[in-house]
Amino acid sequence: MEYPLTWKEYDKALRKNKLLGLKCKSCGAVTCPPKMTCDNCTGTDLEVTELTGKGKLVTYTVMQIAPEGRENETPYIMALVELDEGPWIFGRIGGVDPGKMTIESIGKKLRLSHSVFYGDKFSESAAGPLFYFE
Amino acid sequence: MRKVAVIGAGMTKFSAAQEKTAVELFAEAAMDAMNEANVKPKDIQCLCLGQVLADFSEGQCTTQGFCADSLGLPNVPATRYEGCCASASVAIRDAAVWVGAGIYDIILAGGTETAAKMGTPLATRTFAMGSDAHYEYPAGVTFPGVFAMLANLYCVKYGVPVEKVIDAMAAIAVKAHHLGNLNPHGQLHKEITPDMVKNAFVVAHPLTLYNCCPFSDGGAAVVVVSEEIAKKLSDKPMWILGSGQGSGGTIGSQKKYLPHIAAREFSAKEAYSMAGVSPKDICVAEVHDCFSIAEIILQEQLGFFEKGKSCDAVLKGETTVGGKIPLNPSGGLKSKGHPIGATGAAQAYEIYDQFKGNCGPRQVEPATKKGALGLTDTLGGNGGAVVNIIYQKGW
Repeated sequence: MEYPLTWKEYDKALRKNKLLGLKCKSCGAVTCPPKMTCDNCTGTDLEVTELTGKGKLVTYTVMQIAPEGRENETPYIMALVELDEGPWIFGRIGGVDPGKMTIESIGKKLRLSHSVFYGDKFSESAAGPLFYFE
Repeated sequence: MRKVAVIGAGMTKFSAAQEKTAVELFAEAAMDAMNEANVKPKDIQCLCLGQVLADFSEGQCTTQGFCADSLGLPNVPATRYEGCCASASVAIRDAAVWVGAGIYDIILAGGTETAAKMGTPLATRTFAMGSDAHYEYPAGVTFPGVFAMLANLYCVKYGVPVEKVIDAMAAIAVKAHHLGNLNPHGQLHKEITPDMVKNAFVVAHPLTLYNCCPFSDGGAAVVVVSEEIAKKLSDKPMWILGSGQGSGGTIGSQKKYLPHIAAREFSAKEAYSMAGVSPKDICVAEVHDCFSIAEIILQEQLGFFEKGKSCDAVLKGETTVGGKIPLNPSGGLKSKGHPIGATGAAQAYEIYDQFKGNCGPRQVEPATKKGALGLTDTLGGNGGAVVNIIYQKGW
Protein backbone atom coordinates (compact mmCIF):
# COMPACT_ATOMS: atom_id res chain seq x y z
CA MET A 1 0.00 0.00 0.00
CA GLU A 2 1.38 3.38 -0.99
CA TYR A 3 2.30 5.82 1.78
CA PRO A 4 -0.61 8.29 1.90
CA LEU A 5 1.51 11.44 2.28
CA THR A 6 5.28 11.30 2.12
CA TRP A 7 7.69 13.45 4.08
CA LYS A 8 8.92 14.98 0.80
CA GLU A 9 5.39 16.17 -0.09
CA TYR A 10 4.83 17.44 3.48
CA ASP A 11 8.19 19.24 3.38
CA LYS A 12 7.52 20.90 -0.01
CA ALA A 13 4.21 22.24 1.29
CA LEU A 14 5.62 23.41 4.63
CA ARG A 15 8.23 25.45 2.76
CA LYS A 16 5.21 27.40 1.39
CA ASN A 17 3.71 27.72 4.92
CA LYS A 18 1.13 25.05 4.11
CA LEU A 19 0.70 22.34 6.72
CA LEU A 20 -0.47 19.05 5.24
CA GLY A 21 -2.01 16.20 7.17
CA LEU A 22 -4.35 13.27 6.65
CA LYS A 23 -8.09 13.22 7.25
CA CYS A 24 -9.56 9.83 8.10
CA LYS A 25 -12.66 8.95 6.05
CA SER A 26 -13.71 6.47 8.73
CA CYS A 27 -13.54 8.48 11.98
CA GLY A 28 -12.90 12.03 10.75
CA ALA A 29 -9.75 12.52 12.84
CA VAL A 30 -6.79 14.43 11.41
CA THR A 31 -3.26 13.00 11.60
CA CYS A 32 -0.23 15.31 11.43
CA PRO A 33 2.62 14.73 10.80
CA PRO A 34 1.53 12.05 8.32
CA LYS A 35 1.61 8.34 9.10
CA MET A 36 0.54 5.16 7.30
CA THR A 37 -2.52 4.91 9.55
CA CYS A 38 -4.98 7.23 11.27
CA ASP A 39 -3.60 8.40 14.62
CA ASN A 40 -7.02 7.87 16.18
CA CYS A 41 -8.48 4.65 14.73
CA THR A 42 -5.54 3.15 12.72
CA GLY A 43 -7.75 3.22 9.62
CA THR A 44 -6.06 3.45 6.21
CA ASP A 45 -8.75 5.25 4.22
CA LEU A 46 -7.05 8.64 4.45
CA GLU A 47 -7.11 11.76 2.30
CA VAL A 48 -4.54 14.54 2.22
CA THR A 49 -5.87 17.71 3.79
CA GLU A 50 -4.46 21.17 4.38
CA LEU A 51 -4.63 22.25 8.03
CA THR A 52 -5.32 25.83 9.06
CA GLY A 53 -1.94 26.06 10.81
CA LYS A 54 -3.69 27.57 13.81
CA GLY A 55 -3.34 26.19 17.31
CA LYS A 56 -2.45 26.88 20.90
CA LEU A 57 0.70 26.42 22.96
CA VAL A 58 0.74 23.19 25.01
CA THR A 59 4.24 23.58 26.48
CA TYR A 60 7.60 25.13 25.67
CA THR A 61 11.19 25.61 26.76
CA VAL A 62 14.06 27.86 25.79
CA MET A 63 17.00 25.86 24.44
CA GLN A 64 20.43 27.17 25.45
CA ILE A 65 22.58 24.32 24.09
CA ALA A 66 22.46 23.21 20.47
CA PRO A 67 23.67 20.13 18.63
CA GLU A 68 26.80 20.24 16.48
CA GLY A 69 26.44 22.69 13.60
CA ARG A 70 23.46 24.55 15.09
CA GLU A 71 25.27 26.52 17.78
CA ASN A 72 24.37 29.87 16.23
CA GLU A 73 20.64 29.11 16.58
CA THR A 74 20.54 29.38 20.41
CA PRO A 75 18.72 30.58 22.36
CA TYR A 76 15.54 29.39 20.68
CA ILE A 77 12.06 28.48 21.85
CA MET A 78 10.97 24.85 21.48
CA ALA A 79 7.23 24.30 21.58
CA LEU A 80 4.57 21.65 21.48
CA VAL A 81 1.45 23.00 19.79
CA GLU A 82 -2.10 21.65 19.75
CA LEU A 83 -3.49 22.38 16.29
CA ASP A 84 -7.14 23.42 15.93
CA GLU A 85 -7.75 20.14 14.07
CA GLY A 86 -6.47 18.10 17.05
CA PRO A 87 -2.91 16.89 16.42
CA TRP A 88 0.00 17.97 18.63
CA ILE A 89 3.10 18.92 16.67
CA PHE A 90 6.58 20.03 17.60
CA GLY A 91 7.92 23.35 16.36
CA ARG A 92 9.73 26.52 17.22
CA ILE A 93 8.30 29.92 18.24
CA GLY A 94 9.60 33.09 16.60
CA GLY A 95 8.98 36.81 16.89
CA VAL A 96 9.25 36.90 20.67
CA ASP A 97 12.18 37.44 23.05
CA PRO A 98 12.88 34.00 24.60
CA GLY A 99 13.42 35.76 27.93
CA LYS A 100 9.81 36.97 27.86
CA MET A 101 8.33 33.46 27.74
CA THR A 102 6.63 32.34 30.98
CA ILE A 103 4.34 29.53 32.03
CA GLU A 104 1.48 31.98 31.37
CA SER A 105 2.37 31.82 27.68
CA ILE A 106 0.91 28.30 27.65
CA GLY A 107 -2.57 28.21 26.11
CA LYS A 108 -2.00 31.27 23.92
CA LYS A 109 -2.95 31.12 20.24
CA LEU A 110 -0.37 30.59 17.52
CA ARG A 111 -0.25 30.56 13.74
CA LEU A 112 2.08 28.55 11.53
CA SER A 113 5.02 29.61 9.45
CA HIS A 114 8.23 27.65 8.87
CA SER A 115 11.98 27.70 9.26
CA VAL A 116 14.50 25.75 7.21
CA PHE A 117 17.20 23.46 8.59
CA TYR A 118 19.84 23.47 5.89
CA GLY A 119 20.99 19.94 6.59
CA ASP A 120 24.30 18.52 7.74
CA LYS A 121 26.42 15.45 7.03
CA PHE A 122 23.75 13.24 8.63
CA SER A 123 20.37 14.68 7.59
CA GLU A 124 19.15 16.45 4.47
CA SER A 125 17.65 19.93 4.44
CA ALA A 126 14.12 20.09 5.83
CA ALA A 127 11.52 22.64 6.83
CA GLY A 128 10.31 22.76 10.41
CA PRO A 129 7.17 24.35 11.84
CA LEU A 130 7.78 27.86 13.17
CA PHE A 131 4.92 29.51 15.03
CA TYR A 132 4.10 33.12 15.85
CA PHE A 133 1.71 34.32 18.54
CA GLU A 134 -1.54 35.70 17.09
CA MET B 1 7.96 -20.11 29.53
CA ARG B 2 10.85 -21.60 31.49
CA LYS B 3 12.11 -19.81 34.57
CA VAL B 4 15.11 -17.56 33.78
CA ALA B 5 17.89 -16.22 36.01
CA VAL B 6 20.86 -13.89 36.00
CA ILE B 7 23.81 -15.63 37.68
CA GLY B 8 26.63 -13.22 36.91
CA ALA B 9 27.00 -9.49 36.37
CA GLY B 10 29.87 -7.16 35.59
CA MET B 11 30.37 -3.50 34.85
CA THR B 12 33.31 -1.22 34.17
CA LYS B 13 33.68 2.05 35.99
CA PHE B 14 31.53 4.56 34.13
CA SER B 15 33.50 7.64 33.15
CA ALA B 16 34.06 10.69 31.02
CA ALA B 17 36.04 10.26 27.79
CA GLN B 18 38.76 7.62 28.24
CA GLU B 19 41.06 5.52 26.06
CA LYS B 20 39.34 2.12 25.92
CA THR B 21 37.23 1.08 22.92
CA ALA B 22 33.60 -0.06 23.06
CA VAL B 23 34.76 -3.67 22.49
CA GLU B 24 37.33 -3.46 25.29
CA LEU B 25 34.81 -1.99 27.74
CA PHE B 26 32.23 -4.66 27.00
CA ALA B 27 34.81 -7.46 27.17
CA GLU B 28 35.99 -6.34 30.62
CA ALA B 29 32.45 -6.25 32.01
CA ALA B 30 31.50 -9.50 30.27
CA MET B 31 34.50 -11.46 31.57
CA ASP B 32 33.65 -10.40 35.15
CA ALA B 33 30.04 -11.52 34.60
CA MET B 34 31.14 -14.85 33.10
CA ASN B 35 33.62 -15.51 35.92
CA GLU B 36 30.94 -14.84 38.54
CA ALA B 37 28.57 -17.17 36.67
CA ASN B 38 31.21 -19.92 36.46
CA VAL B 39 30.90 -20.14 32.68
CA LYS B 40 33.66 -20.22 30.06
CA PRO B 41 33.53 -18.60 26.61
CA LYS B 42 32.72 -22.00 25.04
CA ASP B 43 29.58 -22.26 27.22
CA ILE B 44 27.98 -19.05 25.84
CA GLN B 45 25.38 -19.88 23.16
CA CYS B 46 24.36 -16.37 22.09
CA LEU B 47 25.35 -12.72 22.55
CA CYS B 48 22.74 -9.94 22.86
CA LEU B 49 24.57 -6.60 22.80
CA GLY B 50 23.14 -3.14 23.39
CA GLN B 51 25.07 -0.62 21.31
CA VAL B 52 23.92 2.70 19.90
CA LEU B 53 26.54 5.12 18.63
CA ALA B 54 29.88 3.42 17.93
CA ASP B 55 29.24 4.15 14.24
CA PHE B 56 29.76 7.82 15.12
CA SER B 57 32.13 7.65 18.11
CA GLU B 58 34.50 5.07 16.63
CA GLY B 59 33.51 4.54 12.99
CA GLN B 60 32.49 1.05 14.04
CA CYS B 61 29.36 -0.93 13.29
CA THR B 62 28.84 -4.68 13.94
CA THR B 63 30.38 -4.17 17.38
CA GLN B 64 28.70 -7.40 18.50
CA GLY B 65 30.83 -9.63 16.23
CA PHE B 66 34.05 -8.07 17.46
CA CYS B 67 32.89 -8.38 21.08
CA ALA B 68 32.05 -12.07 20.57
CA ASP B 69 35.43 -12.70 18.95
CA SER B 70 37.40 -10.80 21.58
CA LEU B 71 35.73 -12.83 24.32
CA GLY B 72 36.45 -16.11 22.53
CA LEU B 73 32.80 -17.03 22.07
CA PRO B 74 32.61 -19.95 19.61
CA ASN B 75 31.16 -18.11 16.56
CA VAL B 76 27.73 -17.96 18.21
CA PRO B 77 24.90 -15.74 16.98
CA ALA B 78 25.66 -12.20 18.10
CA THR B 79 23.08 -9.47 17.63
CA ARG B 80 23.20 -5.74 18.22
CA TYR B 81 20.17 -4.25 19.95
CA GLU B 82 19.50 -0.58 19.31
CA GLY B 83 16.78 0.87 21.49
CA CYS B 84 18.60 4.17 21.99
CA CYS B 85 19.26 4.68 25.72
CA ALA B 86 17.28 1.50 26.57
CA SER B 87 19.40 -0.76 24.33
CA ALA B 88 20.93 -3.01 27.03
CA SER B 89 17.54 -3.59 28.64
CA VAL B 90 16.10 -4.52 25.25
CA ALA B 91 19.02 -6.98 24.90
CA ILE B 92 18.51 -8.49 28.37
CA ARG B 93 14.76 -8.80 27.85
CA ASP B 94 15.27 -10.57 24.53
CA ALA B 95 17.88 -12.86 26.12
CA ALA B 96 15.30 -13.77 28.78
CA VAL B 97 12.72 -14.47 26.07
CA TRP B 98 15.15 -16.74 24.14
CA VAL B 99 16.09 -18.66 27.29
CA GLY B 100 12.52 -18.74 28.56
CA ALA B 101 11.38 -20.16 25.22
CA GLY B 102 13.93 -22.96 25.51
CA ILE B 103 16.01 -21.97 22.45
CA TYR B 104 19.21 -21.30 24.43
CA ASP B 105 20.35 -22.11 27.98
CA ILE B 106 23.19 -19.59 28.47
CA ILE B 107 23.25 -16.11 26.91
CA LEU B 108 25.63 -13.21 27.45
CA ALA B 109 23.71 -9.92 27.38
CA GLY B 110 24.52 -6.29 28.10
CA GLY B 111 25.88 -3.28 26.31
CA THR B 112 28.68 -0.83 25.68
CA GLU B 113 29.10 2.80 24.66
CA THR B 114 31.81 5.38 24.14
CA ALA B 115 29.61 8.47 23.96
CA ALA B 116 31.75 10.84 26.04
CA LYS B 117 34.56 10.33 23.56
CA MET B 118 32.52 12.26 20.96
CA GLY B 119 32.51 15.52 22.90
CA THR B 120 29.34 17.48 23.74
CA PRO B 121 28.41 18.98 20.30
CA LEU B 122 28.62 15.67 18.36
CA ALA B 123 27.13 13.70 21.27
CA THR B 124 24.19 16.14 21.41
CA ARG B 125 23.76 15.79 17.64
CA THR B 126 23.82 12.00 17.64
CA PHE B 127 21.59 11.69 20.73
CA ALA B 128 19.05 13.88 18.89
CA MET B 129 18.86 11.08 16.29
CA GLY B 130 16.55 9.40 18.83
CA SER B 131 13.95 12.01 17.80
CA ASP B 132 12.20 12.04 14.44
CA ALA B 133 14.83 13.14 11.89
CA HIS B 134 12.19 14.47 9.46
CA TYR B 135 9.41 15.85 11.60
CA GLU B 136 11.19 16.93 14.84
CA TYR B 137 14.90 17.53 14.32
CA PRO B 138 14.55 20.24 11.60
CA ALA B 139 12.84 22.55 14.14
CA GLY B 140 15.62 21.83 16.64
CA VAL B 141 14.39 19.14 19.03
CA THR B 142 16.89 17.89 21.64
CA PHE B 143 16.44 15.52 24.59
CA PRO B 144 16.95 18.13 27.32
CA GLY B 145 14.51 20.33 25.42
CA VAL B 146 11.84 17.63 25.33
CA PHE B 147 12.16 16.91 29.06
CA ALA B 148 12.14 20.62 29.88
CA MET B 149 8.87 20.89 27.91
CA LEU B 150 7.50 17.91 29.84
CA ALA B 151 8.43 19.63 33.12
CA ASN B 152 6.43 22.72 32.17
CA LEU B 153 3.53 20.60 30.92
CA TYR B 154 3.57 18.67 34.22
CA CYS B 155 3.13 21.94 36.12
CA VAL B 156 0.25 23.09 33.95
CA LYS B 157 -1.58 19.76 33.68
CA TYR B 158 -1.50 19.02 37.41
CA GLY B 159 -1.53 22.58 38.75
CA VAL B 160 1.82 22.18 40.52
CA PRO B 161 3.80 25.42 40.95
CA VAL B 162 7.01 25.50 38.86
CA GLU B 163 8.98 26.33 42.03
CA LYS B 164 7.82 23.11 43.66
CA VAL B 165 8.85 21.00 40.66
CA ILE B 166 12.21 22.80 40.62
CA ASP B 167 12.66 21.97 44.34
CA ALA B 168 11.75 18.31 43.76
CA MET B 169 14.09 18.10 40.76
CA ALA B 170 16.90 19.59 42.87
CA ALA B 171 16.23 17.00 45.60
CA ILE B 172 16.44 14.22 43.01
CA ALA B 173 19.79 15.53 41.71
CA VAL B 174 21.20 15.94 45.23
CA LYS B 175 20.10 12.38 46.12
CA ALA B 176 21.70 11.03 42.94
CA HIS B 177 25.02 12.74 43.64
CA HIS B 178 25.00 11.66 47.30
CA LEU B 179 24.42 7.99 46.46
CA GLY B 180 26.64 8.06 43.39
CA ASN B 181 29.47 9.44 45.50
CA LEU B 182 29.27 6.16 47.46
CA ASN B 183 29.39 4.01 44.28
CA PRO B 184 32.93 3.02 43.21
CA HIS B 185 31.66 2.36 39.64
CA GLY B 186 30.17 5.85 39.35
CA GLN B 187 31.34 8.68 37.11
CA LEU B 188 30.68 11.78 39.21
CA HIS B 189 32.00 11.64 42.77
CA LYS B 190 30.81 14.94 44.09
CA GLU B 191 28.25 16.01 46.70
CA ILE B 192 26.02 18.88 45.61
CA THR B 193 23.39 21.08 47.29
CA PRO B 194 19.91 22.19 46.16
CA ASP B 195 21.25 25.72 45.68
CA MET B 196 24.04 24.47 43.43
CA VAL B 197 21.41 22.75 41.26
CA LYS B 198 19.14 25.79 41.07
CA ASN B 199 21.95 28.27 40.43
CA ALA B 200 23.75 26.21 37.79
CA PHE B 201 23.86 27.00 34.07
CA VAL B 202 20.38 26.69 32.54
CA VAL B 203 20.35 24.09 29.75
CA ALA B 204 16.64 24.41 28.92
CA HIS B 205 14.42 26.10 31.50
CA PRO B 206 13.56 24.72 34.06
CA LEU B 207 16.41 22.20 33.70
CA THR B 208 19.89 23.26 34.81
CA LEU B 209 23.16 21.44 34.22
CA TYR B 210 22.71 19.44 37.46
CA ASN B 211 19.31 18.21 36.27
CA CYS B 212 20.96 16.53 33.27
CA CYS B 213 22.94 13.29 33.19
CA PRO B 214 26.47 13.40 31.77
CA PHE B 215 27.79 11.84 28.57
CA SER B 216 29.61 8.65 29.53
CA ASP B 217 31.78 5.76 28.43
CA GLY B 218 31.33 2.29 29.90
CA GLY B 219 30.26 -1.33 29.54
CA ALA B 220 28.06 -3.70 31.53
CA ALA B 221 27.02 -7.34 31.14
CA VAL B 222 24.95 -10.12 32.67
CA VAL B 223 24.80 -13.88 32.13
CA VAL B 224 21.22 -15.02 31.55
CA VAL B 225 20.50 -18.75 32.06
CA SER B 226 17.76 -21.34 32.42
CA GLU B 227 16.62 -22.51 35.86
CA GLU B 228 18.39 -25.84 35.39
CA ILE B 229 21.73 -24.17 34.62
CA ALA B 230 21.23 -21.64 37.42
CA LYS B 231 20.80 -24.40 39.99
CA LYS B 232 23.88 -26.20 38.70
CA LEU B 233 26.25 -23.22 38.53
CA SER B 234 25.16 -20.72 41.15
CA ASP B 235 23.88 -20.41 44.71
CA LYS B 236 22.80 -16.82 43.99
CA PRO B 237 20.22 -16.84 41.17
CA MET B 238 18.49 -13.53 40.46
CA TRP B 239 15.23 -14.57 38.79
CA ILE B 240 13.77 -12.53 35.94
CA LEU B 241 10.15 -12.70 37.06
CA GLY B 242 8.65 -10.46 34.42
CA SER B 243 9.47 -7.95 31.74
CA GLY B 244 7.69 -5.51 29.49
CA GLN B 245 8.65 -3.36 26.53
CA GLY B 246 6.79 -0.58 24.75
CA SER B 247 7.36 1.65 21.74
CA GLY B 248 6.33 5.13 20.66
CA GLY B 249 6.68 7.73 17.91
CA THR B 250 6.99 11.51 17.87
CA ILE B 251 6.46 13.35 21.12
CA GLY B 252 3.22 14.81 19.70
CA SER B 253 1.90 11.32 18.93
CA GLN B 254 1.95 10.62 22.69
CA LYS B 255 -0.52 13.44 23.42
CA LYS B 256 -2.97 11.21 25.29
CA TYR B 257 -0.34 10.43 27.93
CA LEU B 258 1.95 13.45 28.14
CA PRO B 259 3.79 14.50 30.24
CA HIS B 260 3.96 10.75 30.89
CA ILE B 261 5.55 8.47 28.28
CA ALA B 262 3.18 6.33 26.20
CA ALA B 263 5.57 3.36 25.84
CA ARG B 264 5.98 3.06 29.63
CA GLU B 265 2.22 2.73 30.16
CA PHE B 266 2.49 -0.45 28.12
CA SER B 267 5.83 -1.77 29.40
CA ALA B 268 5.15 -1.34 33.12
CA LYS B 269 1.75 -3.00 32.90
CA GLU B 270 3.21 -5.93 30.98
CA ALA B 271 6.10 -6.38 33.43
CA TYR B 272 3.91 -6.31 36.55
CA SER B 273 1.38 -8.62 34.91
CA MET B 274 4.00 -11.17 33.82
CA ALA B 275 5.62 -11.14 37.26
CA GLY B 276 2.25 -11.32 39.01
CA VAL B 277 3.25 -8.55 41.43
CA SER B 278 2.23 -4.95 42.08
CA PRO B 279 4.20 -1.73 42.65
CA LYS B 280 3.94 -2.03 46.45
CA ASP B 281 5.86 -5.33 46.30
CA ILE B 282 8.98 -3.67 44.83
CA CYS B 283 11.63 -2.74 47.42
CA VAL B 284 14.29 -1.16 45.20
CA ALA B 285 14.34 0.25 41.66
CA GLU B 286 16.97 1.49 39.24
CA VAL B 287 15.27 4.00 36.97
CA HIS B 288 15.90 6.24 33.97
CA ASP B 289 16.67 9.65 35.48
CA CYS B 290 18.24 11.05 32.31
CA PHE B 291 16.84 14.39 33.49
CA SER B 292 15.47 15.04 37.00
CA ILE B 293 11.92 15.56 35.69
CA ALA B 294 12.11 12.10 34.09
CA GLU B 295 12.32 10.53 37.56
CA ILE B 296 9.20 12.41 38.72
CA ILE B 297 7.34 11.22 35.65
CA LEU B 298 8.47 7.59 35.80
CA GLN B 299 7.88 7.05 39.52
CA GLU B 300 4.24 7.92 38.85
CA GLN B 301 3.99 5.64 35.81
CA LEU B 302 5.55 2.74 37.70
CA GLY B 303 2.72 3.02 40.22
CA PHE B 304 4.81 4.15 43.19
CA PHE B 305 2.85 7.42 43.44
CA GLU B 306 -0.30 8.95 42.01
CA LYS B 307 0.08 10.92 38.77
CA GLY B 308 0.74 14.59 39.38
CA LYS B 309 1.33 14.07 43.10
CA SER B 310 4.85 12.77 43.66
CA CYS B 311 6.81 15.98 44.34
CA ASP B 312 5.87 15.96 48.03
CA ALA B 313 7.09 12.36 48.39
CA VAL B 314 10.43 13.29 46.81
CA LEU B 315 10.83 16.30 49.12
CA LYS B 316 10.06 14.06 52.14
CA GLY B 317 12.83 11.64 51.12
CA GLU B 318 10.54 8.75 50.29
CA THR B 319 12.58 7.85 47.20
CA THR B 320 16.02 7.71 48.79
CA VAL B 321 17.71 4.83 50.64
CA GLY B 322 15.69 4.22 53.81
CA GLY B 323 12.55 5.72 52.24
CA LYS B 324 9.32 4.09 51.07
CA ILE B 325 10.68 3.16 47.63
CA PRO B 326 14.41 3.82 47.10
CA LEU B 327 15.08 4.83 43.50
CA ASN B 328 18.61 4.70 42.08
CA PRO B 329 20.73 3.68 45.05
CA SER B 330 23.54 3.46 42.46
CA GLY B 331 23.41 7.21 41.87
CA GLY B 332 21.40 6.67 38.71
CA LEU B 333 22.18 8.00 35.26
CA LYS B 334 22.74 11.42 36.77
CA SER B 335 25.72 10.51 38.93
CA LYS B 336 26.77 6.94 38.10
CA GLY B 337 26.76 7.96 34.43
CA HIS B 338 24.87 7.01 31.26
CA PRO B 339 26.85 5.18 28.56
CA ILE B 340 23.60 4.68 26.71
CA GLY B 341 24.15 1.21 25.20
CA ALA B 342 25.20 -0.17 28.61
CA THR B 343 22.81 1.55 31.01
CA GLY B 344 20.16 -1.17 31.34
CA ALA B 345 22.77 -3.81 32.18
CA ALA B 346 24.31 -1.52 34.80
CA GLN B 347 20.85 -1.18 36.35
CA ALA B 348 20.63 -4.99 36.54
CA TYR B 349 24.15 -5.06 38.05
CA GLU B 350 23.06 -2.69 40.82
CA ILE B 351 19.89 -4.66 41.62
CA TYR B 352 22.00 -7.87 41.85
CA ASP B 353 24.54 -6.08 44.07
CA GLN B 354 21.70 -4.83 46.29
CA PHE B 355 20.34 -8.39 46.57
CA LYS B 356 23.85 -9.56 47.56
CA GLY B 357 24.07 -6.91 50.29
CA ASN B 358 27.26 -5.51 48.77
CA CYS B 359 26.32 -1.84 48.76
CA GLY B 360 27.64 -0.54 52.09
CA PRO B 361 26.26 2.87 53.06
CA ARG B 362 23.87 2.91 50.05
CA GLN B 363 22.48 -0.56 50.83
CA VAL B 364 18.69 -0.88 50.70
CA GLU B 365 18.14 -3.25 53.65
CA PRO B 366 14.84 -4.85 52.51
CA ALA B 367 16.60 -5.90 49.28
CA THR B 368 18.76 -8.39 51.20
CA LYS B 369 15.80 -10.61 52.18
CA LYS B 370 15.17 -13.82 50.23
CA GLY B 371 12.45 -13.24 47.65
CA ALA B 372 13.00 -9.44 47.55
CA LEU B 373 11.86 -7.74 44.34
CA GLY B 374 13.77 -5.13 42.36
CA LEU B 375 12.72 -3.30 39.20
CA THR B 376 14.59 -1.62 36.37
CA ASP B 377 13.20 1.09 34.12
CA THR B 378 15.03 2.12 30.96
CA LEU B 379 13.85 4.71 28.44
CA GLY B 380 15.07 5.09 24.87
CA GLY B 381 14.76 8.37 23.00
CA ASN B 382 11.63 10.40 23.64
CA GLY B 383 9.77 7.17 24.37
CA GLY B 384 10.76 5.23 21.25
CA ALA B 385 11.49 2.31 23.58
CA VAL B 386 10.82 1.67 27.27
CA VAL B 387 11.75 -1.57 29.05
CA ASN B 388 10.80 -2.65 32.55
CA ILE B 389 12.26 -5.79 34.13
CA ILE B 390 11.31 -7.23 37.53
CA TYR B 391 14.02 -9.24 39.28
CA GLN B 392 13.71 -11.45 42.39
CA LYS B 393 16.36 -12.47 44.88
CA GLY B 394 16.40 -16.26 44.70
CA TRP B 395 18.42 -17.11 47.76
